[in-house]
Formats: sequence, structure tokens, C-alpha cells
Amino acid sequence: MEELILEMKQITKIYGNGVLANEKVDFSVKKGEIHALMGENGAGKSTLMKMLFGIEHPDEGEIFIGGKKVQIKSPTDALNLGIGMVHQHFMLVDSLTVAENMVLRCEPKRGLFIDMGKAVSEAEHIAKKYNFQIDAKAAVSTLPVGMKQRVEILKALYRGAEILILDEPTAVLTPQETEELFRQLKKLRDNGHTIIFISHKIREIKELCDRITILRNGQSKGVYDVTEASVEELSALVVGRDNVKKIEKSKAVPGETMLCVKNLCYGYARKKRILNGVSFSVRRGEILGIAGVEGNGQRELIEIITQLRRNEKGELWLDGQNISAGNVKQFRDLGSGYIPQDRLTYGASTGASIEENLISASSGEKKYHNRGLLSAARIRAYTAQLIREFQIKCDSPRTNVGMLSGGNIQKVVVARELTGDRNLIIADQPTRGIDIKTAAFIHQRLIALRDEGKAVLLVSADLNEIMELSDSLIVMHEGKITAYFPDAEMVTEQELGRYMLGLDRQDEEQIKEVCYE
Amino acid sequence: MIQLILSSQFLFGVLRLTTPIIFATLSCLIAKKAGVRNITIEGTMLCSALGGVAVSAWTQNVWMGLLAGMAVGVGVGLFLGYFHIIMDTDIWLTGIAINQFANGLTVFVMFLITGDKGSTSSLPSLTIPNVHLPLIEKIPIIGQIVSGQSLLTYLAVVLLLVIYILLYKTPLGLRIRAVGEYALAAESVGENADRIKLIALGISGLCASFGGMFMSMSYSSRFARDMVAGRGFIGIAAESMGGGRPMAAAAAALFFGVADSLANILQSFSIPSELLMAIPYLATIVGLVVYSAKKQKDEQRCIQQNIRNETDDKS
Repeated sequence: MEELILEMKQITKIYGNGVLANEKVDFSVKKGEIHALMGENGAGKSTLMKMLFGIEHPDEGEIFIGGKKVQIKSPTDALNLGIGMVHQHFMLVDSLTVAENMVLRCEPKRGLFIDMGKAVSEAEHIAKKYNFQIDAKAAVSTLPVGMKQRVEILKALYRGAEILILDEPTAVLTPQETEELFRQLKKLRDNGHTIIFISHKIREIKELCDRITILRNGQSKGVYDVTEASVEELSALVVGRDNVKKIEKSKAVPGETMLCVKNLCYGYARKKRILNGVSFSVRRGEILGIAGVEGNGQRELIEIITQLRRNEKGELWLDGQNISAGNVKQFRDLGSGYIPQDRLTYGASTGASIEENLISASSGEKKYHNRGLLSAARIRAYTAQLIREFQIKCDSPRTNVGMLSGGNIQKVVVARELTGDRNLIIADQPTRGIDIKTAAFIHQRLIALRDEGKAVLLVSADLNEIMELSDSLIVMHEGKITAYFPDAEMVTEQELGRYMLGLDRQDEEQIKEVCYE
Repeated sequence: MIQLILSSQFLFGVLRLTTPIIFATLSCLIAKKAGVRNITIEGTMLCSALGGVAVSAWTQNVWMGLLAGMAVGVGVGLFLGYFHIIMDTDIWLTGIAINQFANGLTVFVMFLITGDKGSTSSLPSLTIPNVHLPLIEKIPIIGQIVSGQSLLTYLAVVLLLVIYILLYKTPLGLRIRAVGEYALAAESVGENADRIKLIALGISGLCASFGGMFMSMSYSSRFARDMVAGRGFIGIAAESMGGGRPMAAAAAALFFGVADSLANILQSFSIPSELLMAIPYLATIVGLVVYSAKKQKDEQRCIQQNIRNETDDKS
């Protein structure tokens, strides 16, 4: 048995807002291995690593380094224990040079002054030792992303890090840079360093890592030998559902096309299109779900459809009208409702009352006016009805929305967006972080609207929600639609998982079927 | 008038009047490098100006007065730091409050000591000596301009170099710059950003204190209410025009010194004095507009550059 350099035992972390980020997680790493930590966004990977680096502190559990129990109260403690972290957002000071960044807080001195010559030569020495090519005198702001990452790694090594944590290091790299990084990481491993590699890209883990720990919903789903576990097994563990919660609904009866997206292209990130030729349509009387790991273009897609982001290329048709170069007002006037992902920024004004939030989208309508001014009585009557209908728990309709619980805030948003003359509803993570009862209520409302013949477009990272609520499904991966399932009930978790992680993709003909005219 | 401006007397005045502005500029600079917008320089200068005068009169020792003024400056800097950094109050509101407080407090303390609300002319306070530089004094014209200035004027030049070296050549300076630009990065290697900011504010207060004492113990020989007359704020403007570079900021300070000196010298002409008094402040506005226009142009160029880089990336 090889030596365990790091052991985290029964770690539990509950954030101040009641979110259970880690629940009795066991995590151990052998000396000199590359250990993958895999899981979806929000699975608790980052939290676990932040506790190891002293940024967060566990509520329960113990950490052992080299067999000795330790308390890691701050990054300084972690650094002293030989733990270094390469954050997803680089912790580099842009205007300083590479050498200055590396030696910050352990500067070589000559008398009262920094020995900059020595700092540069030490930086170059350590870079050479690990075969990193870097100009120690260059300002960090002039470096490309891949280089910055190297500086981060070198910075940790300079401080004597034995255990290196890399938080989704490939997320910001081009394929060539990724290759280079992997070569360097393997070299570091051969030099006796231990690496913890956080990722949700199964292919990279297969290529680079020795062992893997999978986290899901804050719990460890086991440790596996990367060479022994199959891709299917691993992907099912990563995206799987803990328990299937059935949502009752009748079979969909799709009607005419409501929303039609044609060949949408948008932006560049790391030399790749964020959206690359996305085409699909949503029909009346169906809920079309977009599945996918977050950050594969869903946000941009939704923001373009809802006119919050300017469309660059491709067409948007809503109810037979071309809205490719439209605006929010036009989009809403055509009968669209939008439940945004970020309810506190885009969904509701926390400083305004429930009443004001509910009326905000329709305050221009004549029926709420009285001689040019808003009519308090008419608004009161309307909002009182909505509060009853959507079971918003509050002392008074004049209560500020910010005072409500998350579930009730979402009910305010949903009440406003689903009421009125709607043709299309776009629901982006409609139940994220919301209590089960409210979530079920929102699901019922969406199904009811579908049954009335409205079109619903659903985006969700919650596998249970996306599989149970959707009538048909598309999968997005790296800005493209990689699969279309006309009947969501016919898809298994494993199958969906493979598409979500980019292991499979359907052929063009199959995907094209999602475009109804 | 041209003759007056070209006279060594005028240039001597420029150096003299630049002195308090240089101190204020350095005070602003070091705090800003640590990421704190110190707008209390004006108030700090006032407090130190009175502190120096009072203690020098009381002890009849000008150096004790100087030390006391310095201590007051550091104290006000840390006072701001305590509220803004430790208690997390808004920097602008706290800054305004401290400035107002300093205004009232100095008059109140002056009244307690002298029974006068206008100035401390009744106090036997001492002044910081002027220094005649040997050898340099002998050089024609230059000697007349450079030699015979207040000790604090020479200190301003020294302090400019010291702050420059501190910022760019010492570990503390590196940490100050790192904390000011991206505190999280400094914290990720175990730095206590609050501590660094407090230290920087202490140094900031110290710089400002010299400016205040120059006004009350060198430029004039007593303290008078509101005697700093906006020089602390002009220092902030000069720092801003320097764009974070100490030498450029000092050059901007010199520009304001010229404006100030010009206002003085033009008094011998029949121009309304109210108009003349406005010159330094008008110069501040003009200076800031020029600076801002230049900055916008630079930013525009930067954006263009980025766009070009991005298109290069795509191809």
C-alpha cells in the first residue's frame, strides 16, 4: 500500500444560508498520484478544496496530512503544510512581473530592499527545473491565459507546495495549451508531487489521472481506479439521480411552431464559438428541455432569445415574426414570459414591494391606470388575486420582495411571468435552490400552461427536473446541439449523461428533426 | 509680467508653493497604491499644522513640534483606517466626515489654547529653519532658486525618492501594490490585506503631516483656520494626473505650484484678488480635464488593440 499523503475524513460543510455543500465526505490522496475530483457544478468539489486550502472551514470532520491531524485555518497554514492551489480565477496581480508575483510574501532580500535579481533568477531556476518556459521579467498582464496558469503553478511550487490543487485548470485553455499542461503535470508527478485535478471532463481525466473521486450533491460517490472504471460507469455516477422524483403529466400534444431558432452563432471564448449553429424549434403544447452541463452556451442562448444579448448571426422567429434584431419589449409584447436563472438580479427588484414587482411588467397597460396615474385600487385587486393564486406567503402585498424566502421570491417572479396572454414561456433553472413544495408547484403551473397550448422552453441543470418535466429534449455541448430526443421518456440517465459530457453525439439528420416549420 | 515670471524670485516661489502639494500628492499616492482612496489629506494637514504649532510653542523646541505634527498625521491616517478598513465604513462618507471634523476640531482646539478663533498669532510658536545649501548657493540664478528654501522643501524631494524606493524596491512596497491591485491574490499567499492597508494609511498620514506643518511652521509662522486652503485636495488631483506614477504625480504637483505662485505674483497688478485666488483651482479643473481626455484616448486605443488581437486570434 502506498503512502496516503492526504486524508479528509467525514467532512461536512453547511454554508450560512443553509446549503449543505459537503456531507460526510471521505477523500484521500496517495503520494505522487494525480487524483481527479469529478462532479457537476454545485456538487461540492470547490468547497471541499477550499477547506483543504483554508479558505473555508469544515463544520465536522478531520484532515490528516502525512498521517498527522492538522487544522487548516488560513491559506498560510495550507502553504506551510505544502498545499498549493491554482484557482480557477487566477490569483495574480496583473501589473506586477512574473517574478514579483512568484516571490510575493517570501521575497529574497538584500538589506532593506528586494533582491530583484535573485528573485528573477530563482523564478527562472524553478521554471527550468520543471521545464516551464517563462519570461520572469514580463508583466503578468501581457501574458496569455495559458502562461498565467503556469505562473500560478510555479508560484505554488516556489512556496514549496507538495500537494497541488488545480481547480478546473483546462476550463480556460485551448486544446494545445491543455496538452502542454498535461505534459507538465505528469512531469510534476514523476518528480514526486501530488496533484488534485478538479474537472468534469471525463476524457481529460481518463488521459491524465490515476484515481478518481466522484462527488454528487455534496456526497462522495466512491473512489475508482481510472484505468479500471468504464466511462459509462463514471458518467452515470457523475450525472445520476439519487432518487427519481416522478412528475405526473399527460402526454404532450404538440401543435404549431411557436419559437424557431435558426443557425444561431455567438461570440468566441478560447478560440471557440460560444454558440455554434444552434437551430431548434419549440411547439405549442410541448415542454422542450435543454439538458447540458452548465457553461456550454445555454446562458448565452437564452439571453439572445430573450433579447437581453445582441444576436450576432442567425435568425429568431417568434409566433411567425422575425425578432432577430428585436428588443425586450417586442419579445414580451408577442406574449413571452421569462423566468430568469438569476432571480435576484433579473427576476425581481428586491427593494420594491411584491405589488410593484408583480405589476412591473404590465404597468403600462391602460387597465391599471386612472387618469394617467397608476390606480392603486386596481393594482391592489390584481395583485391580491395573484398572491392568492400563487400562494405567495407574505404579511402584506407591500412587503419588500427582499424580505421573502427564496421560494416565495421565485413565486413572485413566476406569478408575473406566467400570468397574462402568454404564448411562450422560457424557464431557466426555474426551481434551483428552492424548497421541494414550491418546486412542485412551479412544475404544475408549467405543465398546466403546456396543456393550455403554450410553448415552454426549459433549461435546467437538475437532471430530475429536465428528464421528468420535458416532453422532448435537446442536449447542448460546447455551443452545439448534440442530441434530440423527441420523447423524453425514452431516454435513460446513462444515455443523457454521455451526451452531456460530450462522449456521444447524434448525426446531423437526427438533430435536424428538432426544427419544425 | 513676463519679466516677473522669468525672475529667480518667481521660480523660488514655485518650489516653495509646490512643497505642500508634493506632500499631499505623496500622501494620496501611497494610500491609493494600497487600494484606499484617501480624501482626508486636507483634514490631516490641518490637524498636523495645528499640532506642530501648539507643541512647538509649548515645548519651545521646533523638533518636538515636528514630531508631534507627524504623530498627529499618522494618527489621523490610522483613524480613517480604523473606520474604513476595520469597521468597513464607506470611504467617501468617512473621508468627508473626517475633513469636516478636522475643520471644526482645529478651530475648537485653537480657541481652547489661545482664546482666539482666527489664528494662533498670540502663541510663541517656532518655525522650521530655512537651509542655505553650501556650494550650490554660489551658483548664479540656480543658487538663488534652489538654496535658502525651507528644510521641508528639501524633505519633500527626499520623501519623493523614499516613497518611490519604498514602493518599487522593498518587500513592503510590493505587498502594498499587490494588495491595492488585487487583494485576493495577496491574501491567497497568506497576506493580511487589512494590515497592509493600515500601514499604507499611516504612511499616507505622515506624508500629509509634513504638508500641514509646512503651511503653519514655514510658509507662515502661525496656524490660521482653514489655512491649508484646498492644497490637500489639489494633491489628490495631482496624484490622479500622474496616473499612479510617483514622478509624473510630482510633475503634476509642480504644475499646481506654478499656478499657485502665479496667483501670488499677479497680485502686484491691478487684477481683482478674488480672481487671482481662483487660479490654482481653475488650474486643477483644467489639469483634470486634460488628463481625462488623454486617458480616454488611451483607453480607446487599448480597446482597439484588444479588438485587433481578438480578430487575430480568430483567424
